Amino acid sequence: MKKYNLKKSLIGIVTGFANGLFGAGGGTIVVPAIEKFLDVETHNAHASAIAIILPLSILSTFIYGRDVTIDWKMIIYVSIGGMVGGYVGARFLKKISSKWLHRIFGAFMIIAAVRMII
Amino acid sequence: MIGFIIVGFFSGIISGMGIGGGTILIPAITILWGVDQKVAQITNLIYFIPTASIALILHIKNKSIEKNILIRIILFGFIGAIVGSFLALKLDSAVLRKFFGGFLLVMGIIECFKKE
Repeated sequence: MKKYNLKKSLIGIVTGFANGLFGAGGGTIVVPAIEKFLDVETHNAHASAIAIILPLSILSTFIYGRDVTIDWKMIIYVSIGGMVGGYVGARFLKKISSKWLHRIFGAFMIIAAVRMII
Repeated sequence: MIGFIIVGFFSGIISGMGIGGGTILIPAITILWGVDQKVAQITNLIYFIPTASIALILHIKNKSIEKNILIRIILFGFIGAIVGSFLALKLDSAVLRKFFGGFLLVMGIIECFKKE
């Protein structure tokens, strides 16, 4: 039990830290972590991850907001696209092989990463 | 404007795949339009809030949330979030951008080698 609590605490700290530092990526950490270390089943892991990241992102937003300019116009445009994309993704994506989608997006991420580092 | 909508669209699709839309949204708006790294990061944080809230309501209705693990992870998550967020504010945007790139590189490699 003690070990189980320690795992939960560590997962929380690492997830909150990465999500706060990068403004993203908390879900990418917490989903595999609770699957692997806390034996949460995949679908529930995704659902629980949202319940975890939401309060963390709200807190980080308030901290960022003290210093960083908020571009509401950009946020609104991005959100409009995001809602349509979310719907399209949920509706049609299951027909495409998810293995290849992951690879394509993985490749995009690597290219973007190299551009950001150099 | 249309560019932001298109980027949002692709991020939305990716969010549905569980990769996390921010890993596309943030690099796209910083690389394509030169948006400052921190401005891009707060954009993603705010963009996430309404979408996640709607998804969360659905998940609560479907009872797919593991309540017994949440409280401790969230409480310790707050500690991590405070440290991480203040560190992000302290860092120069150009430096933060490189750190983000490193994080993205690791995530991209993991995605490429996923079995499913």
